Amino acid sequence: MSTLTALARLKAVRDGTAQRITTVRHCHLAPRPMVFVPLQLAGEALAPLGAMVGADPDHPRLLVVPQPRNRDLRFAFAAELAEVLLPYVEGFAKTTETVERRGGDPYERCLDAPQILVPNRSAAAFAGLLGRSTRFRRADGPYPVHPSVPLLGRWLTYFADRSRRPGSCLMMSMTEALSAHWATGQSALEDANLAALVGWIDPPAGMDGRRAAEEAEDPLLWPPAGPATDPGFDNEVLGPAVRAYEEAPTARAVERVAQALRTQLEPTWRLMWRAVELLRALPEGSRVAGRWETDRGSFTRFLELVAEGGPPQARRDGAVGAAARLAALERARASYDVQRAYDDPLVMAEYRLTGEAFTGTVVSADPENTEGEGRSRKLRPLVTVRTADPARLTPGAVLGSPDRRGHAAEVVEVDGDEITLKVTKGMGRGKVAAPGAVPEPGERVTYTTLTDDFQSSAALPEPERTPWTHGGPPEEYVPDDDDAREEWS
Amino acid sequence: MRGRLDELRGPVPPRAHDARAIAALAANPGCARRAVLDAAGVDKDLTARHVGFPAPFGQSQFAITRGNVFEALVKENGCAELLRLLRELLGLPIAQVGYQDVESVGSHLRHSHTRALIDRAAREGDDAAVFYDHPLLSLRIAGQTSYLEPDVVAFQVGGRFHIVEIKSFAVIDGQAEPEKVAAAARQAAVYVLALRALLADLGHDPERVSHDVVLVCPENFANRPVATLVDVRRQLAVLRRQLDRMTRVDHLVEELPPGITFDLAPDSEGTPTRPAREVAGALRQVPARYAPDCLSTCDMCMFCRDEARCGGSTDQLGRQVRDQLGGVLGVDEALALAEGAAEPAEGQEEIAQLLRLAHRLREECLG
Repeated sequence: MSTLTALARLKAVRDGTAQRITTVRHCHLAPRPMVFVPLQLAGEALAPLGAMVGADPDHPRLLVVPQPRNRDLRFAFAAELAEVLLPYVEGFAKTTETVERRGGDPYERCLDAPQILVPNRSAAAFAGLLGRSTRFRRADGPYPVHPSVPLLGRWLTYFADRSRRPGSCLMMSMTEALSAHWATGQSALEDANLAALVGWIDPPAGMDGRRAAEEAEDPLLWPPAGPATDPGFDNEVLGPAVRAYEEAPTARAVERVAQALRTQLEPTWRLMWRAVELLRALPEGSRVAGRWETDRGSFTRFLELVAEGGPPQARRDGAVGAAARLAALERARASYDVQRAYDDPLVMAEYRLTGEAFTGTVVSADPENTEGEGRSRKLRPLVTVRTADPARLTPGAVLGSPDRRGHAAEVVEVDGDEITLKVTKGMGRGKVAAPGAVPEPGERVTYTTLTDDFQSSAALPEPERTPWTHGGPPEEYVPDDDDAREEWS
Repeated sequence: MRGRLDELRGPVPPRAHDARAIAALAANPGCARRAVLDAAGVDKDLTARHVGFPAPFGQSQFAITRGNVFEALVKENGCAELLRLLRELLGLPIAQVGYQDVESVGSHLRHSHTRALIDRAAREGDDAAVFYDHPLLSLRIAGQTSYLEPDVVAFQVGGRFHIVEIKSFAVIDGQAEPEKVAAAARQAAVYVLALRALLADLGHDPERVSHDVVLVCPENFANRPVATLVDVRRQLAVLRRQLDRMTRVDHLVEELPPGITFDLAPDSEGTPTRPAREVAGALRQVPARYAPDCLSTCDMCMFCRDEARCGGSTDQLGRQVRDQLGGVLGVDEALALAEGAAEPAEGQEEIAQLLRLAHRLREECLG
């Protein structure tokens, strides 16, 4: 956490309301996202209890497992979830665009992609586990399931995987998305409670954020957003309802469990859509669309993989796969951090605070300055900026600027509060700099050592050439009958 | 000292610590309130309820049932399933496996019976592997004996004892939730410590208790158990340090104002009759070190959180925020420094400068 965010939290305590920590929205919000609020039975590795799911705030679909320990009912739950989720996901496959590539064949990319919103990180983990327990199943063989079940498993696995990737918005945890934009007057631990977090950001009329958050901690007023349920609810309401179903599995008994679950899910369902509106009200950052494009590309590739009939994702990555995944996550994290700073002066301010960026006014400029003689003569305009920021830069440091795309400069001299730079990139091809390419005296500019330069992927061997130090070439993963039959008790 | 602690607690028997409570002590060692309440054996749960801040802990019947079912499965038929697992994990010989259910002697004798059995096993040290089910160990904490019940102690050839901890959270494709494994390791470390203390007391080498505990959990989505060795050396070190501190609780108690007590004055039914305000007043005289982590470990958490909030302490925001504030402890104080409404005291110049800059940047970007 930065000092800037810490200060915002202090102000939230004093003012009794959450404080903005960004000036723009850094996540994509689909025009029609799908909200998924799952519940699971306490104490079990993965026993779905029910869920509320859908893309229409007014018409959620309620899924119910009246006896969560019953294996057949679990698969019925998965099939029913697939009925809602798969048509939504596959609907995006219909319209594509052709993307031209320099030095490569053009390819197709879906014009839009699905977005699944879950209340918190645990709900995304639940989706991953549900994916893990269903993707190896088969529609034929000794324990046949509905053909949609293994497909659902692959998609859930994919979405849960993407949700761990910084900057990806295909599956988003709402508490994480909100916490990335607002600081509350409580701890990060308490922010994991969706109702409390929304209470801080948007308290009901006549109540301050602190009071709203305290109220949100009462499980009777605000049931937990799942997947874990309130123990009091388990003992007093759910337990008897499940036992009644055990004794007589009638439609009435199912309705009793459904009714119980509805009371727990509905408040969270409404909160989710309120949170969507809160996020939607923020203006979108300029690099959000670019990251969504990456998401669309990834979605399209997975769609093709499924269509080609590839095997389900392996239980565990091989050595090369794991290294590649880690490297990709690191690159995504670095790039996401830089892009946010470039999009948002308030995020950039964190780097100004630590001396990795500065904002100031141009006091003088020499746009015609050159270096070298003859053919190696290069245009290197000089710009001197006065700043009140505690910049920590040394001559030779390479800087970028959020003010101009493709612009780069090098620190020449630091003299008290004046920093002299020479512009090295982004001036056009002419003998003199393109108009507007060099900052002019009086202009307010921001420079930073952060750059989002393209990083090539780590050089990794092909999986079949995995060195012996890493276990040698992994056995190729072929899903077998045991996988399809795996116990789920 | 004992008398002073009895006075603090009032005329009720002291609450014994279980392994989970002892492990939780290690989570927040700097908290004097918890150290004093625990040393005096005060019923923190009842106290918190009485002063109007019940802890938000509850356990679902589903979780309890599942835990019991799994433990029963592992232990049924004289720990047959456990034997299968340990054979693979520790290389137990197939021949001669004994099973001793310590509970068979009745609860009042369990501790001495455990002691006698462990002594014999350590003395004879033959090839026989024996499981001890329901053993009762003890640990002296701040002058008070706590009795602890590990799930199983396994004795193995080569004369080494292993603590076996049975948990019902799943290990999926070789991975389990890190927080749950960490909690299990902390708890198992308490048992290792207690068993080592017993061996030392009997004149055996305490190091014969392995620092590798056996964690038994369900595998994947089924009920089939899987065993893993977990090294608890780090947890042991932390625990030892904390328990040493606990024995120095005398200093904390000496500094308390005379006459202070947390006595709830329970009536014959056990219902507290002392005015809640008085009890709360007494509690406030012992400084707490609240952190949001307390919300999952300590019965007093809601009381201390409220105190931190009312007192405007930055503790309420968590250690991450505190770390950024360079020792400024109050919300108002930090804000006054940031907004230039207060001059920094000696030693605060640097943090004040940083806060002022942060404030200026926020104003500039949001203004």
